[in-house]
Amino acid sequence: MKPVTVFALIGLLALAACGPVPASPTEAPTATTPPETRTLRVMTHDSFDISEEVLAAFEAQHNATVEILQAGDAGVVLNQAILSRDNPLADVLYGVDNTLLSRALEADIFDPYTSPLLAEIPDHLELDPQHRALPVDYGDVCLNYDKAWFAEQDLTPPANLEDLVKPEYRGLTVVENPATSSPGLAFMLATIGHFGETGAYTWLDYWADLRDNGVLVTEGWEDAYWGQFTYGSGGEGDRPIVVSYASSPPVEVYFAEEPFEEAPTAAVVGDSSCFRQIEFVGILKGAQNRDLAEAWVDFMLGTTFQEDIPLHMFMFPANQNAALPEVFAKFAVIPEHPAEVSYDAIEANREAWVEAWTEVVLR
Amino acid sequence: MQDAGQRLLLASCILPLAFLLLFYFYPLFSILTLSFAPEGHFSLAPLEKLFSTPYYVHVLWFTTWQATLSTLLTVGLALPGAYVFARYDFPGKSLVQALTTVPFVLPTIVVALAFTALLGPHGLINLALMGLLGLDRPPLNLQHTLAIILLAHIFYNYTLVLRIVGTYWANLDPRLEEAARMLGANRWRAFREVTLPLLTPAIGAAALLVFVFCFTSFGVILVLGGPRFATLEVEIYHQTIHYLNLPLAAALSVVQILFTFALMAAYTRLQARTTLPLELRPRQVTQRWPRYWREWLVVGANVVLMLVLLVTPLAALVERSLTLSTTGGVSLAFYRQLFYNPRGSAFYVPPVAAVRNSVGFALATMGLSVVLGLMAAAVLDSQNPARSPRGRGRWLRRLLDPIFMLPLGTSAVTLGLGFIVALDEPPLNLRTTPLLVVLAHTLVALPFVVRSVLPALRSIHPRLREAAALLGASPWRVWREVDLPIVARAVLVGAVFAFTISMGEFGATSLIARPERPTMPIAIYRFLGRPGTVNYGQALAMSTLLMLVCTLGFLAIERFRAGEVGEF
Repeated sequence: MKPVTVFALIGLLALAACGPVPASPTEAPTATTPPETRTLRVMTHDSFDISEEVLAAFEAQHNATVEILQAGDAGVVLNQAILSRDNPLADVLYGVDNTLLSRALEADIFDPYTSPLLAEIPDHLELDPQHRALPVDYGDVCLNYDKAWFAEQDLTPPANLEDLVKPEYRGLTVVENPATSSPGLAFMLATIGHFGETGAYTWLDYWADLRDNGVLVTEGWEDAYWGQFTYGSGGEGDRPIVVSYASSPPVEVYFAEEPFEEAPTAAVVGDSSCFRQIEFVGILKGAQNRDLAEAWVDFMLGTTFQEDIPLHMFMFPANQNAALPEVFAKFAVIPEHPAEVSYDAIEANREAWVEAWTEVVLR
Repeated sequence: MQDAGQRLLLASCILPLAFLLLFYFYPLFSILTLSFAPEGHFSLAPLEKLFSTPYYVHVLWFTTWQATLSTLLTVGLALPGAYVFARYDFPGKSLVQALTTVPFVLPTIVVALAFTALLGPHGLINLALMGLLGLDRPPLNLQHTLAIILLAHIFYNYTLVLRIVGTYWANLDPRLEEAARMLGANRWRAFREVTLPLLTPAIGAAALLVFVFCFTSFGVILVLGGPRFATLEVEIYHQTIHYLNLPLAAALSVVQILFTFALMAAYTRLQARTTLPLELRPRQVTQRWPRYWREWLVVGANVVLMLVLLVTPLAALVERSLTLSTTGGVSLAFYRQLFYNPRGSAFYVPPVAAVRNSVGFALATMGLSVVLGLMAAAVLDSQNPARSPRGRGRWLRRLLDPIFMLPLGTSAVTLGLGFIVALDEPPLNLRTTPLLVVLAHTLVALPFVVRSVLPALRSIHPRLREAAALLGASPWRVWREVDLPIVARAVLVGAVFAFTISMGEFGATSLIARPERPTMPIAIYRFLGRPGTVNYGQALAMSTLLMLVCTLGFLAIERFRAGEVGEF
């Protein structure tokens, strides 16, 4: 056989192998359902995760196949939804958070839906009074520290944002760049909520001090946590304080090789030192199966899915009737007073804030 | 017969062009129109703003000079390696060659972790230096410096020069240089005045690919370079993803594309002047085992350089994947965990499925880009007697050659959004199909195949084809029995790169909304996305698996013999 023919054949075979016949276990249950099975397309970010059985139960109950489309982080997914609003890629979009909510609402990509389950969700999580975007879960971005490191150095761990600029904490902190990272942006917003934009000591004064105290800025959470944080990197990094989530300590326990008696890391959840990210779901304008899309939204707000959230997406359920898994109940701390920054202000000032931050911290 | 040749050429012209038109120009045009003329009024104001803002002028300047520096360093370091691979045979040669290509497929964040393990404040090298010199602080601090950007660019791109130049060099007649030595030239002069000019087309092709890769560098700049460095691609990403400032992003994209095009056009002109038809020799004649200790030394030094520069970071990852486990010693614990789905996650990827998906996409990409790339190369080959001798053909070629390179110099973010906007109607409703992944990979892989094959194709002496035609061979048969055997090695090089690009998930694909068919890099990102030692360990184990599968893939592709045409 000639090489070209061989390559062409390989190509064809491989194309056939990647053809549109899905063989993933998630879609197996639909093989036996009647032919009028409908498909629901859900667009979401890469962090979306769900139990096989919870998903299968929805599919069986509604005689539907759920096709989940993932394409990068929440920002990428939202932009795709905005650009394709005339001919939407999916029926439902999950994963827009309060830092992106204004952009989504202004672009008018969602149809309102007043789910009966909203009654079970606390009011402070419901940001859109028209119910175009419905809250599903939340998580707090805050400082984490390596407990063993502070014990070894005989140093008191930080208790609030102000501690980080003290001389004894010099060169100990790593944060993510708000221009490229969603926890980085959230932490910047926490400092804005905490120190404010006006007054004797503004959030920018704080960052100037943090810079002088040797703060390290990385592109994303992965590099900060695995590359620089003393605990996450297994000893290669040299920063015992990192910007992560309030849920990170219980997740460390959950994903430890040996069971821990207590979490190896801890979150700093003091007064308004965290920023609360709330994630929303919405039905996209032009959705093909409106009733199925509504069923999916109800499903996401219902207790079965809500109780599945902590161990799959490491966020906290919005529904107050959802019980937390043991590892969260035991090791997670929920900040009582996260920093307050309205979502309208975020969209209006995002670029200017990030620009000002860049000017102070990096240039 | 001339007619048959023209028809054949026309056919091989149409397919690659149609491919580019549908899957490159159409999506690109759609997104640019949407960005520049959101309400139907076309405005070039964003472009003007770009050139009047000092910051963006600075970004363009930095993008260009870091790419130039990276290219010079990569070519300078890899050229001796290419020589060794071209002229000598030694034990373990194909394994070393395969390993040098592995960096190309690794996700940037994994490379960053490997570099931290070696060069970080508590990395192996700093610890060794501290012990050796009795220091109490790490002496090397490369984190977030230009030095580490350059190092990473060499790490990723060394293989491009090694393979493209090495393969071409292997077929150069050593007697030319020997004749120069006989006439009294010293080794350096014989190289400079005989071999180097003959190698120019291959070096140019490799350098160009390296340059374009570094010019559009993204992950390396962001993760390793840190927040103080920005290339055009990084700015396009910021403007698109974080601010949804499409006009500005589009203006930056256009600048990036125009710059690539101008560079390519200049290169094409240069290339036309430097390419000579040659008497190529089969590698059995040009390669031998090293004989004297000096030859062993040269071979050894280069292999050691490759091992230190390219293989130690890989080895650091493998080592960590085996020893990180708290169970102590060397353990396969994380590898075993890859096979379990303790949380019953619907997004769990069995390792076998991840390998199958990755290899499936990679083979499809390889098949498609080799076929299209061979066609494109045949069209661009100036020596081909089947084309019209002067005039139109030449003009068209000068335009086409840079055009085939354009996808490589185009922002993945821009093109990814272009797919969403453009490919949304039947029969091209491909937005959420796995096929789009293959098409996007092929766009990036195609320039590699073309650039690998073209220097070899252009060096074929026209007399060979004329003789075959005179003896009654049809143009198709001439191509099959004269051209193909000579370029077969170069085709394999292109095939390796196409395979690699797909395995490494390059370009716009990371931004394509796709249903559940996760590849190995995607699985790695998923593990790294959440805290916990077990996740970190599994990411390392999956990275090791990716390296292993790629090494085996490269070895298999290189073993591929071109059937009855035999080895050249």
